[in-house]
Amino acid sequence: MPPTDIKNPDYFHKVVDCQWACPAHTPVPEYIRMIAAGRYSDAYMVNWHSNVFPGVLGRTCDRPCEPACRRGRVEEVTGAPQPVAICRLKRVAADNKSDVKARMPRPAARKNGKRVALIGAGPASLTVARDLLPLGYTVVLYDGDAAAGGMMRTQIPKFRLPETVLDEEVDYILDLGPELRLGQKVNSLKGLLSEDYDAIFVGCGAPRGRELDIPGRKEAKANIHIGIDWLASVSFGHTDKIGKRVIVLGGGNTAMDCCRTSRRLGGDEVTVVVRSGFEEMKASPWEKEDAMHEGIPIHNFLVPKEFLHEDGKLTGVRFEKVKAERDAKGRRNLVPSGEPDTILQCDDVLVAVGQENAFPWIERDIGLEFDKWDMPQVDPATMQSTNPKVFFGGDAAFGPKNIIWAVAHGHDAAISIDLFCQGKPVGQRPPPTVNLSSQKMGIHEWSYDNDVSNDNRYKVPHAPIEKTLKNVKMEVELGFDVKQAFLEAQRCLNCDIQTVFDTPKCIECDACVDICPMDCITFTGNDEEAELRLHLSAPALHASQDLYISSALKTGRIMAKDEDLCLHCGLCAERCPTGAWDMQKFLLEAPKTGYACQHR
Amino acid sequence: MTYIVKPKLRHPALPVNKLGFTHRDYEGTVSTLCAGCGHDSISAAIIQACFELAIEPHRVAKLSGIGCSSKTPTYFLGQSHGFNSVHGRMPSVLTGANMANKELIYLGVSGDGDSASIGLGQFVHCIRRGVNMVYICENNGVYGLTKGQFSATADKGSKSKGGASNMDTPLDLASMALMVGASFVGRSFSGDKEQMVPLIMAAMRHPGPCFIDIVSPCVAFNNHAGSTKAYDFVRAHNEAVNRLDIMEPRDPITVEYAPGTTEEVALHDGSSLRLAKLDANYDPSDRIMAMAYLQAKAARNELVTGLIYMDRHATDMHANLNTVDAPLNGLGEKELCPGTKALDAFNASHR
Ligand SMILES: Cc1cc2nc3c(=O)[nH]c(=O)nc-3n(C[C@H](O)[C@H](O)[C@H](O)COP(=O)(O)OP(=O)(O)OC[C@H]3O[C@@H](n4cnc5c(N)ncnc54)[C@H](O)[C@@H]3O)c2cc1C
Ligand SMILES: Cc1ncc(C[n+]2csc(CCOP(=O)(O)OP(=O)(O)O)c2C)c(N)n1
Ligand code: SF4
Ligand code: SF4
Ligand code: SF4
Ligand SMILES: [Mg+2]
Repeated sequence: MPPTDIKNPDYFHKVVDCQWACPAHTPVPEYIRMIAAGRYSDAYMVNWHSNVFPGVLGRTCDRPCEPACRRGRVEEVTGAPQPVAICRLKRVAADNKSDVKARMPRPAARKNGKRVALIGAGPASLTVARDLLPLGYTVVLYDGDAAAGGMMRTQIPKFRLPETVLDEEVDYILDLGPELRLGQKVNSLKGLLSEDYDAIFVGCGAPRGRELDIPGRKEAKANIHIGIDWLASVSFGHTDKIGKRVIVLGGGNTAMDCCRTSRRLGGDEVTVVVRSGFEEMKASPWEKEDAMHEGIPIHNFLVPKEFLHEDGKLTGVRFEKVKAERDAKGRRNLVPSGEPDTILQCDDVLVAVGQENAFPWIERDIGLEFDKWDMPQVDPATMQSTNPKVFFGGDAAFGPKNIIWAVAHGHDAAISIDLFCQGKPVGQRPPPTVNLSSQKMGIHEWSYDNDVSNDNRYKVPHAPIEKTLKNVKMEVELGFDVKQAFLEAQRCLNCDIQTVFDTPKCIECDACVDICPMDCITFTGNDEEAELRLHLSAPALHASQDLYISSALKTGRIMAKDEDLCLHCGLCAERCPTGAWDMQKFLLEAPKTGYACQHR
Repeated sequence: MTYIVKPKLRHPALPVNKLGFTHRDYEGTVSTLCAGCGHDSISAAIIQACFELAIEPHRVAKLSGIGCSSKTPTYFLGQSHGFNSVHGRMPSVLTGANMANKELIYLGVSGDGDSASIGLGQFVHCIRRGVNMVYICENNGVYGLTKGQFSATADKGSKSKGGASNMDTPLDLASMALMVGASFVGRSFSGDKEQMVPLIMAAMRHPGPCFIDIVSPCVAFNNHAGSTKAYDFVRAHNEAVNRLDIMEPRDPITVEYAPGTTEEVALHDGSSLRLAKLDANYDPSDRIMAMAYLQAKAARNELVTGLIYMDRHATDMHANLNTVDAPLNGLGEKELCPGTKALDAFNASHR
């Protein structure tokens, strides 16, 4: 294998598994150390730069970082391996910070004369607004709803995300002075293009709930509700009760929010019914767990066939029983099991079987191409459509995802819009800001706490269920207290503190090999990667995790380090007599326009 | 010296041995030796050897004298018996322990100062008595613990850190061990685990007095240019006579050697030792030749490493003394004290 090029920012970035996995590349270990040190405001601001909604995300994020977390791979000996509670630590920063208003960017002193329209005031558009406003852009924010926030406001139930938390973080952006056109739905993109905007960003989300067209749908429609419409109606206060027996159809996160909301609005017997098996459900494991904890059973392998009704009133749903089978090509299919149908009685049904994009207001003759699925053609790097003036982001770009993806798209689109408005090619992306610095403070002293905690993951305490089920607005999770937060933060392995190897200094004494608790390091003859992976001190089983390879040493061997399970404990560097290993902090800030430019 | 405790977390795919242990289960506390000390690599090799032999930790007794080397038993086999004795006195303490309980595996760990200076008399007598043990000398040519004075194994002309040359003739402990009857003699280098581990494994299975001399650079006081015990010097002058593999009865043969260059030696527990000859003329069963060979090579500044000598028909002190089968510490008063009548009869026979 050729020696590793550690100058390529991607190399060490990949070692920081959580940051690499985060769509907005939040420097996770950096803020976790700040939380451990009680520097909540600093931790909040590190988050805010990257992901714009730390308080919201600390409660609701889909947390793609957690399945990636190295901690989840190294804990086997202490019990069931679990990642660091990255998401809930983010909330700790938001909950415990002091007033951060003064640290927020200020509205631009001078306007730059460029006007940008943002359609929809969800997280994607709000991110674009935050990034462009400090640069002097005039940002005009349209939304059909009366308040900004998008689905964070209309869909996510208040018992998961209190309104005050959302308001605070939306306000940090509104304080930068966008022109608000709330309650104003855009009905023609062509019309907007004819106005004097230099660029337009489409952040209208994926607003349509999928229908379930089976017999009885029309006849019983009074008691059959589309999940996201119903949740919005609850959020706006138009709906405040539901029947005693409720069936929720669907296995995603919307279904989980529907069933838990029903439980709080009079549904005593709420049941979730899913076509697929339990494992294959789209809902996150923790959402399923929370629903079941609230006494909501989940029935699997049942396909709805008919809404039953009497005198125009819904009485139940008939389901066909299915089972999973692999076809000749190995694909998993649901086929009828042959057992008799199941009938479940109910008063109301919530249909949460999917969400769709809808662009009836975008004309098809404006140079904006749609693909065969009727989705706009969007460049995933620049977020630009085939009409160079129009950019997309969030759920509108590639279908329903989540808040953190909407934010990431927003950053990318803002960079593009800024380049576009300056007449520069949008393909020329700015590089990330990278800083690599030694953490050595003394012979065995580092600027970070290298002593690895053996604790298992801490559970976030919940408010008593008797109370939370009575009040649809009462937040269920209480969040970690400061002490739990410290202990959980200590579980973080500081994966951004990199082991940096300086080949000429190594005398091949093996001290690092011998001390390494994870058998990461090997001195060996060079070989092809596939061969090397099998012949290291311990097998390197995860091919997606890189091997760090040195150039040839004095004996002709190389140093090969498997990054996969390194605890970043620094013992190799402590035991190295020559300082060939050093622990260096790798701080990467993903490119962002606006705020980042201002503070550079 | 390292301050944090080595984390309990370990690689989830580590191999486990027959006892269900990983090599991590054979560790001791974190070393307090200088970073890069060769002695730590020897500890790691002992850990690996015990892991691979699936030795039950409670069946091992680690004994040592005084010195950095003699401190190391704290850093491996944390679940085993241990006795850190007096400077140069490890051999007699080990002999006594072995006399009392021959059922343990005895691992004597010493340094060149501990063995070749103050403990030289103990060293030779323990070996000539045939005590069943693995005696490892972690040889760095200096008194590391007392800050780097030349030891009795320092080569003539070797330079101290301050630049002074050693003018005394060195003792070669491997040659002495051969001379006084060790039935297994090896030499190795702390920077070569592939050689050390099987050598230690073979010694642990050998039923007689084993001595392994391991050159182990002292990074603090004897790892400079001009020293003959420095990493670079040893690597440049290392002449391995053979390569060892310990073969379990069912092990597949993984390394292929040219025909006629390997030799299988059955060990008493059913496993075997496979020797790949690197020097075709070297025969590790010939003691006299081995002694001559060591001297000849030493005269050319070459350090002979590998399995130097092994007596396939080794016996030990208990056989020589014809002791009972049961370990002596297990005998009760009934077995040990024949009673007044027997004493009277015995005395009477001498009147
Ligand atoms: C029930 C439910 C629960 C969810 N829970 C989570 C969660 O816990 N965590 C998570 O990360 N994600 C969650 N999501 C997904 C998340 O809400 C979305 O992915 C995210 O809000 C998308 O952001 P966006 O900016 O693309 O658009 P949205 O948030 O959808 O905002 C789009 C906005 O555009 C407006 N709009 C649409 N068309 C027009 C128009 N023509 N003119 C003017 N305005 C218009 C809409 O009124 C809306 O306010 C959930 C989704 C649902 C449905
Ligand atoms: C009776 C006695 N004399 C002298 C000493 C001082 N002393 C401590 S260690 C040591 C030499 C150790 O050298 P070596 O065995 O080579 O160990 P190393 O530290 O080099 O591994 C000496 C002379 C002592 N502890 N006890
Ligand atoms: S920091 Fe060094 S010693 Fe610690 S796990 Fe990583 S490679 Fe091993
Ligand atoms: S401890 Fe340092 S000098 Fe020794 S092998 Fe490791 S990197 Fe090389
Ligand atoms: S003084 Fe020498 S022998 Fe002692 S620990 Fe340090 S390097 Fe090792
Ligand atoms: Mg010594």
